[in-house]
Amino acid sequence: MINRRDFLKNTAIGIAGITLPLAAFEIIRPEKILANMSGTSKTRWVFLVDTYKCVGCGLCVKACKNENEIPYDANVTRTWVERYVITKDGKLHADTPKGARDGFTTSRIELGQGKYEEIRDEDIIKAFFVPKLCNQCENPPCVQVCPVGATYQVPDGVVLVDRKWCIGCGYCIMGCPYGVRFFHPKYHTAEKCNFCYHRITKGLKTACVSACPFGARQIGNLKDPGDPVTKVIMTERVGILKEEYGTKPQVFYLGLDREVK
Amino acid sequence: MKNHVLRPLYTVIGLVVIVLIVRVFYVPKDFGVHERGYMYGWYRESNIEDWKKFGVKYKFDGDYCSGCHPLNHENIMSSPHAIIPCEDCHGPALGHPDNPAKLAVERSRQHCLRCHARLPYPTSDRANIRGVNPDKHNPDVECVMCHNPHKPSLEGLK
Repeated sequence: MINRRDFLKNTAIGIAGITLPLAAFEIIRPEKILANMSGTSKTRWVFLVDTYKCVGCGLCVKACKNENEIPYDANVTRTWVERYVITKDGKLHADTPKGARDGFTTSRIELGQGKYEEIRDEDIIKAFFVPKLCNQCENPPCVQVCPVGATYQVPDGVVLVDRKWCIGCGYCIMGCPYGVRFFHPKYHTAEKCNFCYHRITKGLKTACVSACPFGARQIGNLKDPGDPVTKVIMTERVGILKEEYGTKPQVFYLGLDREVK
Repeated sequence: MKNHVLRPLYTVIGLVVIVLIVRVFYVPKDFGVHERGYMYGWYRESNIEDWKKFGVKYKFDGDYCSGCHPLNHENIMSSPHAIIPCEDCHGPALGHPDNPAKLAVERSRQHCLRCHARLPYPTSDRANIRGVNPDKHNPDVECVMCHNPHKPSLEGLK
């Protein structure tokens, strides 16, 4: 007669015995992990934002929503523009009404829930606009947390979402420190900026880059030393967002202020 | 060991085997670990092609537009609005002129105010754009009633 202790012990050993060979087949593949270190792709897509040039017109957001079929009136967007106003009392006022889809046409700051704050012109010390989009991180936390392999990094650096594979659990939306992910209102799957992957792979620029009249947004290939974006990143003072998270974001900012998170 | 102990164990093993067999047929061949390793590169490879096939809507090619609209193109190129791509106001040109034959032009006051609502922001280029106070400068009238977007200088007033 087997006792409970032995039964549990044998079961545990049995299950471990079954799962171990599976793990060996599926997970540990040193050659793949080594290949990952070098990176065979000739392209590493990166983005450069010049916050001095941005005037907050929001034409990038409009173009992005149209190009990528994000329902226009839903309050979600792949890219958005934030406004930062710092007043003489040292206070920071920031907003992004509708993600700046319609630009910034008033100096009132939106506080949410239909409330606004009036800012007097003479109180302003600093004020500027910061476009935001997916950072296509080198270490994307959103990809790490996906339990089904529905979001992943292409060898050229862009993080994509497989809409057929996504189960809509929302881990990636919680995992992104930059808040760039949301649920697509139509497909109910995770959605994010993918640098207009269908455009950049055809030699076009992203919709937001092309739509910007002021050249505040640029896309480039970090592995091409002659690329104008690469030259700026290598030779000028550029900042990245939330460096302390170790995500290695690949969207670089000129004129980043400490207030920008 | 007695039957009543082994039977559930066989059931569990059976279930595991069934799941493994189903998995072989259900999971696509291109799903697995790719270049970036298990942590970042575990995916269905054909999805990359799916995304490449996603439809382009904006041409953002001034030469494409000027082929048929040379005068409009010439006008705007000699104005400060030359920096604005045609499709920012005229809409995505995919399929035009076949389908759609006409583009829905954005003529609203709100569209002009994206840049021309005056915001006195000292550390942004916005402060350098000629702007108006939307509440005081002819509210309720569309800008294009007086201003020609292709010749926006005040001499170009209609």
